[in-house]
Amino acid sequence: MTTVTKKDPVFVVVQLSGGNDFMNTLVPYSNKRYYDNRKFLNIAPEDVLPLDNTLGWHPEMAPFKELYDRGMVAVVQGIGYPDSNRSHFRGMDIMHTCTPNEISTVGWLGSVLEQLDPGKENPLTGVNFGVGLPRAMSKAGVPVTSVSNLDEYGLMSGLAAEDQRDKALKIFKDMYAQAIGSGPVMDYLSRTGSDVISGADLIKVAPEKYESTVEYGDSQIAKSLRDVARVHTADLGTRVFYTQQGGYDTHANQLPSQPGLFRDLSRAVNDFFADLEEHDADDNVVMLIFSEFGRRIADNGSGTDHGSGGGAYLVGKPVVGGLYSEYPSLEPDKWAKGEDLEHTIDFRGIYGTVLEQWMGLEASPVVYGNFEQIHPFKNS
Amino acid sequence: MSSNDLKLKAHLLRRAGFGASPKELDQVADKSYEDIVEDLLHPDKAEEINMDYIKRYNPELRYPDTHPLHAGFWIWRMINTKKPLEEKIALFWHHVFATAWYKGEHTPSQIEQIETFRKNGLSNIKQILNDLAKDPAMNYWLDNCENHSDQPNENWGRELLELFSMGVGNYSEEDIKQASRAFTGWTFEQPLPLYPYGNYETKFVFDKSDHDFGEKTFLGRTGDFNGEDIIDIICEERATALFICRHLYNFFVEDEPQIPAWNIEPPRNPEAIDQMIDVLMSNDGEMLPLLRFMFNSEFFKDSMYKKVKNPCELIAGTLKLTGTYGIMPKQGEEVGKLYGIGSVMGQALMNPPTVEGWHTGHEWIDGGTLNERVNFAVNQFNDLSVPGLSDIISRLGDHVKSSELLDKCLEIIGPFELGKQAYDALNEYAEAVGDLDLTNDASIELNNEYIARMVQLILSTREYQFA
Repeated sequence: MTTVTKKDPVFVVVQLSGGNDFMNTLVPYSNKRYYDNRKFLNIAPEDVLPLDNTLGWHPEMAPFKELYDRGMVAVVQGIGYPDSNRSHFRGMDIMHTCTPNEISTVGWLGSVLEQLDPGKENPLTGVNFGVGLPRAMSKAGVPVTSVSNLDEYGLMSGLAAEDQRDKALKIFKDMYAQAIGSGPVMDYLSRTGSDVISGADLIKVAPEKYESTVEYGDSQIAKSLRDVARVHTADLGTRVFYTQQGGYDTHANQLPSQPGLFRDLSRAVNDFFADLEEHDADDNVVMLIFSEFGRRIADNGSGTDHGSGGGAYLVGKPVVGGLYSEYPSLEPDKWAKGEDLEHTIDFRGIYGTVLEQWMGLEASPVVYGNFEQIHPFKNS
Repeated sequence: MSSNDLKLKAHLLRRAGFGASPKELDQVADKSYEDIVEDLLHPDKAEEINMDYIKRYNPELRYPDTHPLHAGFWIWRMINTKKPLEEKIALFWHHVFATAWYKGEHTPSQIEQIETFRKNGLSNIKQILNDLAKDPAMNYWLDNCENHSDQPNENWGRELLELFSMGVGNYSEEDIKQASRAFTGWTFEQPLPLYPYGNYETKFVFDKSDHDFGEKTFLGRTGDFNGEDIIDIICEERATALFICRHLYNFFVEDEPQIPAWNIEPPRNPEAIDQMIDVLMSNDGEMLPLLRFMFNSEFFKDSMYKKVKNPCELIAGTLKLTGTYGIMPKQGEEVGKLYGIGSVMGQALMNPPTVEGWHTGHEWIDGGTLNERVNFAVNQFNDLSVPGLSDIISRLGDHVKSSELLDKCLEIIGPFELGKQAYDALNEYAEAVGDLDLTNDASIELNNEYIARMVQLILSTREYQFA
């Protein structure tokens, strides 16, 4: 690995679930085609926060623009893959497994965790914040800790009194102890139960140790990123964090809901990096923000339908800020399926960029092939 | 009646239904096992569920919209139904014919599909496949509405053979093409537009003008086949009987390897599967004789702890025990919540991940879902006022020796058995609690807490993760 960091490289993934409308995130405000197609759902030129004289940020993204202006954001324009799937689940599935042409249950970060901790020594190598483990993080036999509420995480967390909880947990441990001849599924349950307990034991120091002057907002994504910050600054050896912000499947509600989502997201990301900076813990952290697909080029009079060709963002101190790849063409003869933005870079190339240039891992066994990469890191 | 006998009945009700509360077990205590099987097989004779209160409490249920609400409502039905096998067989077919809301986002047709599984789920394989082929939710899910006489779409034709009837390796690519042609013109009536009043129901239509009436050769037979003819032929094949029986075995008896491995991995119990195939084929695809045979078989009776509970079984079974989410809902018992609980355990009902359905068995469990499963069950007994807890306590009698507490609790809430580790650990807890005098009003709260904790710990065991 050529990147110089104080500690092991850490990777934070933020998934915008539901399919974010890239064209109204980074608005091509000088392009007539944009206004021709977005008759109803457009951001007026005077409202955008200009990035340059062709592109401007959504007006609610000021805190994110601030990070960009400080050179901490690499914008990956036109991320996607051939023949984009418009189903949320399938679209997300493809982004999670890197297999557009077959159904797989092997998450790409599951494979990464397996490489990072082959001996399964630290159940906190990968930590997800949210309800339910995303497929990206799951791979058979790879322990991952999945936390829905850091302050109440762990088995028996519903038992109010701490001494009662401790007693119950001790009994739980005894009940889940491995025994010879109990069968493979019982054994599997034992292992999983033990992993959950040791993960919870380790992670509970994070809220205890953490102090910060940064005051996050009270959105869900703010809570989740604060949890990432608390665990990262506690130095528990976590290398991959995962979390998501839901609600991007806005359809007819795009006009009222997208601004709120962007407001929450951009403030939370800005606060997160301020928090890391305060703890002098930002040298080794890179964040990827992505969505499963973009929206249709033309609006449908009230909102936007599922489309393709979105945007992704790599954020952090080790990043060389700027625009990467190309903004998808708005010329009708360049549209995918006659109505979608055509992607200009494959998402597997962006994963590969992070894996090889940031994490120091070999990409092709994880993303199944070699895809064009970008070069968004300092010293790489 | 021996405890062993009751254990077997509880096992039957867990598998053919969603478990039984102690009261429900009382109701079948005097019936023979075989009679209980017959009752389960004839839901038409059982009492209808009273839905007045639940609909008054959740007025949105009157409209066939909002998928999480209706998916949660299904779990409520699993808890409260007097026809447990009707709901269980609907869940079975939902596992096999996995159709997800996320593609069409059309809730009325999803609800209707499950209702069809309730109505026809115990009938005949041929009937079930024909209804499925005409089901609007399935039709849209697998693009048969895009299957035109001049431009066939093979999605439905392929999955009908691969995932719904015969399994890979029993037909050719050409058979898929021919089958797809036979289903051209099978589509649905365009429902009224979504806006401004929400989604409307739809129904099957056969569009003659879009049907390919030409000759087809399918699995060696030739004729101007329609979809019904294709299903007739499929149902004659032993491969179909094998596939359906293996699914039934996997769902009701014992966890099998995951479906994609079925053409390479033999069944866990080939003899049982062979017997089931014979029963199904000699009864022309009728489901009742097959299920009667299966539930009364020795292999079924011997299958305790051989199947991991799916999230619906875990949720509905646990809530039957607490006596919450009943016919008369209490404050805070919104049915939509039940969908969310299932989702975080990996089973978003009416919204399976793919047409392959859910991976079952131990794949239900990972670090995240085990945490959810255990905490869910434990948290249901944090509230000492739940009716199920009072019922358990009243059944314990007046005085409980510490050496009896665990056995008695297991008897009441199972009855089921624990492995040595769990048994020893819980007896140690009982010893620490000491003998309980449940007649002493002064210690009533403390005693209730002790017993609730014992129940919580039993529900946290590995053994409780099994159906």
